[in-house]
This record gives sequence, C-alpha cells and structure tokens, in this order.
Amino acid sequence: MMPVVELQNLSVRLGGRQVLQELTGTLSGRTIGLLGPNGAGKSTLINTLLGFYPPASGTARVLGHDIRSEIQKVRAQVGFMPENDALIANMTAVSFVRMMAELSGLPRSAALERAHEALFYVGLGEARYRQLGTYSLGMRQLAKLAQAIVHGPKLLILDEPTNGLDPPARQRMIRLVQEMQESGELHIILCSHLLRDVEESCEEVLILKEGRIVHYSNLEEERRANRRFLELETQGANGDFVSAAERLGCECAILAEQRMKMILADGIEIRDIYRLAGERNIQIRRLNFRRDSLEDIFLKAVGTSNGRS
Amino acid sequence: MAVHKRTYRGYSGGLTPAWSRFLILYRQGSRGLFRSRFLTIFLVACFFPPLVMILAAYLSHNAILQPFLKAPNKPLISIDASFFLLFLQIQGAFAYVLTAFLGPGLIAPDLSNGALPLYLCRPFSRTEYILGKMSVLFVALSEITWIPGLILFFIEASLDGSKWMWDNLWIAGAVVAGSLIWILVLSLIALAMSAWVRWRLAAGALILGVFFIGAGLHGAIAGILRSDYGVLVNPVALIVMVYKDLLGLLTVSTSGAQLGPSIEDACVALAAMCGICLILLARKIRAVQVVK
Repeated sequence: MMPVVELQNLSVRLGGRQVLQELTGTLSGRTIGLLGPNGAGKSTLINTLLGFYPPASGTARVLGHDIRSEIQKVRAQVGFMPENDALIANMTAVSFVRMMAELSGLPRSAALERAHEALFYVGLGEARYRQLGTYSLGMRQLAKLAQAIVHGPKLLILDEPTNGLDPPARQRMIRLVQEMQESGELHIILCSHLLRDVEESCEEVLILKEGRIVHYSNLEEERRANRRFLELETQGANGDFVSAAERLGCECAILAEQRMKMILADGIEIRDIYRLAGERNIQIRRLNFRRDSLEDIFLKAVGTSNGRS
Repeated sequence: MAVHKRTYRGYSGGLTPAWSRFLILYRQGSRGLFRSRFLTIFLVACFFPPLVMILAAYLSHNAILQPFLKAPNKPLISIDASFFLLFLQIQGAFAYVLTAFLGPGLIAPDLSNGALPLYLCRPFSRTEYILGKMSVLFVALSEITWIPGLILFFIEASLDGSKWMWDNLWIAGAVVAGSLIWILVLSLIALAMSAWVRWRLAAGALILGVFFIGAGLHGAIAGILRSDYGVLVNPVALIVMVYKDLLGLLTVSTSGAQLGPSIEDACVALAAMCGICLILLARKIRAVQVVK
C-alpha cells in the first residue's frame, strides 16, 4: 500500500524558531491521528504538508508527491478542513461549497451536483440555501467538512474538527469520520488534542512534542495486543491452574494470592482458560482485558524527554 | 426528503483547465456587483459622459444643424486628441470612484472570514487568486473606460469617413493603452488596500485617501520646495501625463530645458507604485500568517 505521508528529515523554521525538527517516518493507515500538546507542531506539520510553510530542510511526500516540487498535485488530492472559522459569511452554503469544488477543478454542473450531495451528506441539506453567516458553530464545522470533501479528495486533513462542538454534534462529526473511513475511498489525517476523538476514529497515531515525533503507534495492533493480555481474579487454589495455563504456552504472573496476570499464547482463546478453571473447580471472579488507553500512551509519550525522530 | 444517497464517494469525472480557474473568482465577484443599488446607479451614471460625447460627435456632423452654427462648414466641436484626452480624464475619474466602491469588497471579506486557506489548499495559486480578484475590477473599469472610448472612436470614424479613422487610429491605441495603465494602477492599489485593511469602509476610505494624500503631497512639495517633482507621488497627475504623452499633447518648453519630471520619470513612478502594491499583496495573501 502506498504511504499516505512520508516524512524525510523534515524541518520547518518559522519566525526564527525551529518548529519542526527533522521529522522522519511513514504513515500509511486509513485514518491517522495527529496528537500533541499545544505548540507541539501539529498544525505546522499540516500546513507544511499543504505547502503553506516551506520546509527549512528535508522534505515530505503526500500520496507519493513531493511537497517541494509537486505541491499542486498534492493539493489536487487533498481536502482540508481548517481549525479556525474559514467561511465566507455572505454566501449561501451551496454556492460556497460549489465555488470550492470549482476551484478544485470540477466543471460547473458537476460542482453544483456534488455541492448538494456533500451538504446532504454532512447533514446540512435542509439548510443549504441559508447564508453561512447565520449558521451555528456546529453547522459551520459541518459546512467546512462539506467543502473539504466536495471534490472527492484522496486524503482528508481535519484540523480539530470537533472544536467547540456540543456532545451530540461531536458524536455526529466522529460518526461522519468513521463512515468516510469505512467507505475506503479516502485516507484521513485527524489532528486533535482530544484523545477520545482520535481513539474512536483512528488506526494510527503520531504524537508530537516540541516539534519532534515522540511516539508512533498503530492503535489497531495495540488493541489486538491488549486483547491477549488478561487480568484475572480467582477463587480457589490456583497453583495447578497456573501450571496448566503455562503448559498451554501462556505466560503468568501471580500478583497476589487470588490475582494474576496472563498473556495468552497464540491459538489460545479465553474459553480455553475457562475450561482449565472449570476442570480444576476454580471460580473466575473477574477477567479484564488490559486497557492501555490512548491516554496512557499519550501521557507516557509526552512525558518522555528524549524524542524519537 | 433528500434525493441524494448519503454516502461518501470520490470524484472521477473530468477537470477544468487550471488556467481558467481564476475566472471562477471573477464570476463570484461580479455577481455581488449589482447587489448594491447605489453601485448600479453609479455604474449607469458612468455611461452618461460617453453618451454626451457621442451625441456631440453626431451633432457636429449633422447637416441640419450646420446652417445654425456660427462657423459653417466647420464641425461643432473638434474630435481630435484633445477631445479624447477629455474623455479619458472624465472616465478616469469615474473609474477611480468606482474602484473605491468595488475594491474593498474583494479581498477584505476573505481575510476577515479567514477563507484564504480554503482557496489556497486547492490547486489554485496566490497569483491566480489575485488575478481572479483583479479581473472583477478589470472588467468593471474596462466597461467605463476603453470600451466606450473605442465605441466613441468608431462612431466618429463612421461619421467622418475612413480617412479620419486611418489618420487617427493611433488615438484609439492611446485610449486603450492609457485606460489599461490606469486600470492596472487602480486595481493594484485597491487590492493592496483591501488586503491590508479588513474593514470595508476603512479600506474604501484608504483607497480614496491614497489619491488625496498624493495630491496633497504634490501640492505641498510644489508650494514649499517650488519643485514640480511632487507630481511623482500624485497618481492622478502621473496618469494625466501618460494620457497626454500617448495622445501627443505633452508640452515641452521651446528651449528644450526640462522643467519637471519627464514622461519616463512618470512611468517609473507609476511602476514603483504598482511594485509596492504587489509587495503588499504578496505579504498579505498567504494561507497562514506567521506571527513573529
């Protein structure tokens, strides 16, 4: 699969300050989360990928196109939803989204058709003839999403898409992101400081701190790994039970008399553990998967002083 | 009820040529042109002087009127370079006022709404953006300057005969060239002011102010320093010099001594003004501003 973004020693200097420092890495997930504390360089990275900031050194490739020499090709394949208010207040939603589609190269009739379609898709169908200046914050966010997807981009960059949204509107936005991800027609880069947004919708996560990559994680793999890591609380003598589990290839660590941690061996399922316990008249009172949440990963990553580049 | 299927789908249809996309901004900008009733009335008023001049040209060739004229067999008014200089000066003034009304609404709203990233994250460059915005002014100002100027020229040619037309074809060229230079200067000043002042009213006032300040400085330099070089900061006086030169009406002293700035100086001053405006535009028309 072609990488979505390849960073090759990418550095960016702005206003005499080094904002991104020799970023190197390859991102190829369907949905990529960009995380980091304020001032970590998330928005700078996005703006650099879009060609708004020139790299001081190194380069990056977006969908195979170099941002230094082929920025127009990059932009032709990208849809961008900026963080800040970025709408023309005295235009109706449909004429605004249509104009944006035309600027991306769509012929007039196709642009109009897709503008209607995009506005219906994001849930603004009934309000599409209203002026954008009369929209609520949630509707504006949706209108920004509509203009970002109207030309059918291959990569959608969302900069803080749930900023300022109430819980139902946030849910709606996340659901739209998940639906687009499931459609399989585009890749998504989601930049957010809300860990829950990223956790709910991303496959990969890149954590930045002070302009450096401090952690890269494939959340799907993490979730799979977590499913093989159990915490058990049992009732009854467990020495024989532990030995039996170890004979199946599982690794066990006894925490207390009735509590243990277990890593399941390949091919071993939870029902096998229940069977072992049943055969030995041991009650399993509690069984948890390890929940190493994104918050744990994030806190661990930003707490690390030495960044990985 | 929605008739569209609510699923995301990509686009695989044809695309328009990249060079033509700036015209989308022209279409969008010109659509808002006639929303203001005042602007519509003003635009209509801009056509009165050319109509009066066309009427004057017609009457000066009217056989019925000839006996009533004081000097028979002579035209009522002479349709020559001076006549077209008057036309350019009147229409140039209208163009200036129209620019002050149209200019602020071009870039300032995009900047105040933070819409530039949306334009520039597409395959659409800053140059195309400026061209698109400028084309709104170019077309509107053309409609009241060189287009009626050419119509006036050809009406006079039809009344006076083809010999007049061939003898005076250079006047048509001068009208077009002079108008285009003025449109370029006005457009760049208007766009630069619109980019730097986000409040429309203030931007309009500033566009007018640039010309008044220029004229004021010109007067001050002439009064205090007794020098004609103050003309170099007065765009209106500069363009009048250019008009006169193009129409062969620029007077040079009989001794040949240079009394004030030459036409070359005037052209350099106008070019410098355009250059400054381009620099101002280049600094402001960016998807994101870097805060130092």
